[in-house]
Amino acid sequence: MADIAEAELRNLLLHRSVEAFLFDEADLLDRRRYKEWLDLLTDDIRYWMPLRRNLRHDQMQNEFTREGHDMAWFDEGKPLLAKRVQQIQTGIHWAEEPKSRSSHLVTNVRIVGQTATEAGTEVDVQSKFVLHRSRNDVETDTIMGQRNDRLRSIDGQWRISRREVRIDQATLLAKNLTLFF
Amino acid sequence: MDIRSLVDLEQGTISRELFVNEELFKREMEQIFSRAWLCVGHEDMIQKPDDYIVSRMGGDSVILTRDRQGAIQVLLNTCMHRGMKLCRYDQGNTRAFTCPYHGWSYSTDGRLVEIPGELVGVPGFKDYYREKLDKKAWGLVRCPNVINYRGLIWANWDPQAPSFQEYIGDFSHYLNAALDHRDGREGGSEMIGGIQKWRVPCNWKFVSENFIGDMYHDISHRSVDLVGIGPGGKGRRDASRTRTTVSFDALGHGAIGELPYHQEADYVSAYKLFPEVEAYYRSVFEARVKNLGDRMRVNHSVGTIFPAMSFHGRQPRTVAMVHPIGPTETEIWRIFLVDRDSPQVVKDANRHYYMSYSGPGGLTESDDLENWTYATEASRGPIARRFAYNYQMGLGTGRAVPGLRGATENGEYSEGNARAFYKRWREFMEARSWDELMEASRATMKESVHG
Ligand code: FES
Ligand SMILES: [Fe+2]
Repeated sequence: MADIAEAELRNLLLHRSVEAFLFDEADLLDRRRYKEWLDLLTDDIRYWMPLRRNLRHDQMQNEFTREGHDMAWFDEGKPLLAKRVQQIQTGIHWAEEPKSRSSHLVTNVRIVGQTATEAGTEVDVQSKFVLHRSRNDVETDTIMGQRNDRLRSIDGQWRISRREVRIDQATLLAKNLTLFF
Repeated sequence: MDIRSLVDLEQGTISRELFVNEELFKREMEQIFSRAWLCVGHEDMIQKPDDYIVSRMGGDSVILTRDRQGAIQVLLNTCMHRGMKLCRYDQGNTRAFTCPYHGWSYSTDGRLVEIPGELVGVPGFKDYYREKLDKKAWGLVRCPNVINYRGLIWANWDPQAPSFQEYIGDFSHYLNAALDHRDGREGGSEMIGGIQKWRVPCNWKFVSENFIGDMYHDISHRSVDLVGIGPGGKGRRDASRTRTTVSFDALGHGAIGELPYHQEADYVSAYKLFPEVEAYYRSVFEARVKNLGDRMRVNHSVGTIFPAMSFHGRQPRTVAMVHPIGPTETEIWRIFLVDRDSPQVVKDANRHYYMSYSGPGGLTESDDLENWTYATEASRGPIARRFAYNYQMGLGTGRAVPGLRGATENGEYSEGNARAFYKRWREFMEARSWDELMEASRATMKESVHG
């Protein structure tokens, strides 16, 4: 009995720490503290947001464009993410000047896998998100979807080593994508 | 509305109504998008028999198929019975399109299926229709003109329309430069899988005039230039040789590029960040020198084919199919090209670079989208609409281009290409006949090619 309770408690604490990390991360983005946000990403992060298609029920294996082969909305590593931050900070990146106001809502957090690797413990985390963007006077985008993250524990701190963003929209209804998911 | 007064070519001014007016938009759908050649897809989207994608032509949804016999078809995507949107998938492979409403079935060449035992065709044909339905007459509406031009599929609704070749004239050299293999082989490019599709609250013509040859807007990309995404490590692309803008005033097409030449200048190093990729581009350059010999060629960066297809030919290498949804709403489709038989490492490097540049998430294009959107927005007001846009840069300075029939060189910084586009817009909108529309171009095409 005691063992079971202990295991449950461990899971609960893990879940809590993962969730707290994701909420803190979202807060950094919404406060536009992008440099600090970049620090939460491992140097080898993959940040990938595939395109999505409407397909017949028996062809749904092709619903998303393939990683490493096809086009995507994003398919990049930390260097390009850092350039995006730098671009916003030039003050003349017109898509984000004036700046957008964002709210990242992160919910339905589930830990779906756990592995010990050479680099440290990694957990696979699924979550649902709403990225709400308000800009200028009336410009509004609402993008929802699922994130499949891999978090790595480095010196007791979570870092994101993979982020897969699967948005609901097949035809994107936002004119541009200049915020981070 | 008097079309002529909206586009003043002598003064170089264009009314804001073109970018916001509902009535003009409806007329564009009739006079331009129902008559002009439109790019609807790429052959790589429909490689096998019975493959299809759903595409758009102006305000209409169409199905682009490769039928059972291997022929490419463009079919209006609406059931001939009572209008249901026949295919609501983006792409796939199917033996027949079966309407969800009452079950009429059409083969991928648009015919109502009638081979007995194969598929139902028309449910109740015997019992309810008492065989009194002319199935042959009720197949899907088939677009009469469809052509595969070096991989890109083009369609035109007007049976009277000139051939695609005639429609693009000598501008073909600029289009070819984008579609051919870098070693000079005809049509040697392939499409990377996946179409970026997104909506932008702007008028569709902002996209066309941007890519037709607007070097002046370079300044709006200063932030990405500062940050540097170019595959050589600087700016947003590798430096090119000297550029100019070339318009085809009788056809409405234009590009930023080089004038025709017969001998390749020295190789300009590119992709320095990726040594294997650089080696590839050097090798195909050398192959091109051999393959093309002293044949005339052009080199270019971007262009637009009237009305709504724009392309980049080099870095990035991409085609935008621009679908007007409303006067202030546009859907953009972007596909990306690479040399078909290039090594995987070259394709990968390009794919990543393309995504960093183009599309809604591109560090370059995201800023264009901001400009097109808010230029549209700020032209809506009743007072704003009274004031025409200014396209006066380089008025009256164009020169003929030896070797390219119907071409005008406008210089690197000029709005001459945009003026050519709006001249064509006016001619189409005035509902001129094809004889009138093609008269000027036909006269130039009769000239022999010099140079
Ligand atoms: S509308 Fe398609 S079968 Fe009736
Ligand atoms: Fe641009």
